[in-house]
Amino acid sequence: MSGDSGKKSIPYTVPIGPVHPALKEPVMFTFQMEGEVVKSVDFAPGNTHRGIEWMGMRRNPVQIVHLTDRICGICGIVHSLSFARAVEQIAEIEVPPRADYIRTIMHELERIQSHLLWAGVAAHELGFDSLFYLAWRVREQSMDLIENITGNRVNYAIVQIGGVRRDISTDQIPLVEQGLAYYRGLLGQMKNVFLNDSTIRMRCRDHGLLSYRDAQLLCTIGPTARASGVAMDVRHDYPYCAYGDLDVHPVLPPQESGGPKGDVYDRIIVRLLEIAQSIDIIQQCLDTMPAGEILWEKKMPKLLMTLKKARGEAIGRVEAPRGECMHYVRMDGNDAPATWKVKASSYSNLMSWIPMLKGEQLADIPIIVASIDPCMSCTDRVAVIQDGSAGFLKKDDLTRLSQKKTLRLMQCR
Amino acid sequence: MSETPHRTPQEIIDLYRTEFGAGVLDATITERGEGVHKTKAYNIWIRLDKDLLRPAIKKLMDIRFPHFAVIAGSDLGDEIELLYILSIFYGTKFGEYMVTLAIRLKKTDLSVPTITDLIPGALLSEREKQEFLGITVTGIPDGRRLFLPDDFPQGVYPWRKDETGIKPEMVRELWAVNRPRDRPVPPVPEKKPAPEEPAAQGTQKTPGGAAE
Repeated sequence: MSGDSGKKSIPYTVPIGPVHPALKEPVMFTFQMEGEVVKSVDFAPGNTHRGIEWMGMRRNPVQIVHLTDRICGICGIVHSLSFARAVEQIAEIEVPPRADYIRTIMHELERIQSHLLWAGVAAHELGFDSLFYLAWRVREQSMDLIENITGNRVNYAIVQIGGVRRDISTDQIPLVEQGLAYYRGLLGQMKNVFLNDSTIRMRCRDHGLLSYRDAQLLCTIGPTARASGVAMDVRHDYPYCAYGDLDVHPVLPPQESGGPKGDVYDRIIVRLLEIAQSIDIIQQCLDTMPAGEILWEKKMPKLLMTLKKARGEAIGRVEAPRGECMHYVRMDGNDAPATWKVKASSYSNLMSWIPMLKGEQLADIPIIVASIDPCMSCTDRVAVIQDGSAGFLKKDDLTRLSQKKTLRLMQCR
Repeated sequence: MSETPHRTPQEIIDLYRTEFGAGVLDATITERGEGVHKTKAYNIWIRLDKDLLRPAIKKLMDIRFPHFAVIAGSDLGDEIELLYILSIFYGTKFGEYMVTLAIRLKKTDLSVPTITDLIPGALLSEREKQEFLGITVTGIPDGRRLFLPDDFPQGVYPWRKDETGIKPEMVRELWAVNRPRDRPVPPVPEKKPAPEEPAAQGTQKTPGGAAE
């Protein structure tokens, strides 16, 4: 940066980050700005790379399952599920069908809470704080359900190799159904406030565009890809857990709302419609859930012995709230896996920021950055270097800029 | 966009065998069914001659544009195996397959051509393999480090299992790190504000920042 100070020519360099407490992968952004307009974007993740894969290659699979719970703070089940599925394939472990259904129910409850969390953050970035409070208030219901089933709000620790660690009892089923009814009753209202609100439409329509072709070439996944019209969803394309028995279709932005445009608005639509889809899937699972065991093997020494003998390689893959999550595992007859590669959803989605942010304004950065990732806006702290003097903008300042823009646009109308 | 026909996993392997002949060292299909109906999901594993990586990716793009997931890498002793994990036929009901194209590099020549001109989204994964396995991706448009910090020592590659891997002295066991003993007992009294320095820049004001 020191090379830029004293340089008064356009474009100005605007670094953002790198500390983002809510994101799994903190990201340092460097923007080249021409006035208010973003000319080019560069980013550098990895500021808190914890070497989890290295740690895993020194532990046994049962220990790793609990380590994978801690890869992400929001997606508590997707990593442990991906890893367990990979190991089960190598060791040829048959998961009892009931466990597959419980895994599916947890997977979908997680999607509901993750999408609602994201919806709240998006509303906040736009300066619509009453909606932020509403979204996070209704999110609590799914968190309570998750806590009721697993005993934890985060780091659920429900997945074990060969099944799940806790059953859903007959007393708990009415509670889950109550929760689903609660969300069904709210959905209409949520759709109304998010999709028919002129402020949200004004700030999100035609901003942060990602074309169909770019989404394909940059390997974008999940709701971000679907908002650009790429019909991919692991639950629909590649059966796992109970999804092979269920009817799941990838959610695309509907034609009547202007079809897939690939803007921030479409990403909101896709996530809201997916909440409705998740409610439906949980209901289907509750209705058809088979009885029976929930674990392939209860005795830990026997499980560990089987895993130690296992040889081979496999891919475990699930559709996380943000897109495909994939683990590659290779075992060679030792306690610890020989190779373990974790591919989280954000790993594939990060590059789509580059086309999205180009040509947008500084005040639009928070909502566009937040639009691919349901965690939190990436904008913690911004240093603006202009005319040779360095001043610091914090996340609050950037959010305020974004909120001011909303007010300004409302006055122009 | 014209859609190419859907194919079975065996047909995909046959296509590779006819095109590359003996260049295909090994090809297998694995399947997995879960839930009540045990609907099958298929994985295709193709091990190839090192020089066939780019033609093999192009071949997959001809069949249908694939989704590129990640490159996994494994240290096998004398060789490093790179596994290009892709998927094909997404958007088809239960018809998507994972396709893994694996090549082996001798440790005496750890260079592999880039595929970012074919699939730009592979850039992050290639950068990661460079720093974690010590391979060289020739023609990579951006060869900077990705996840490792700038002060991480050069020539140390975390996923290697030979002498270039993480050294024992670099590892700190968390359980062995005790709580710091040189801290005052809480509650800690508030610090006195530092005496204000005379403003060097005169009237210029620096907003925010220091209060982090």
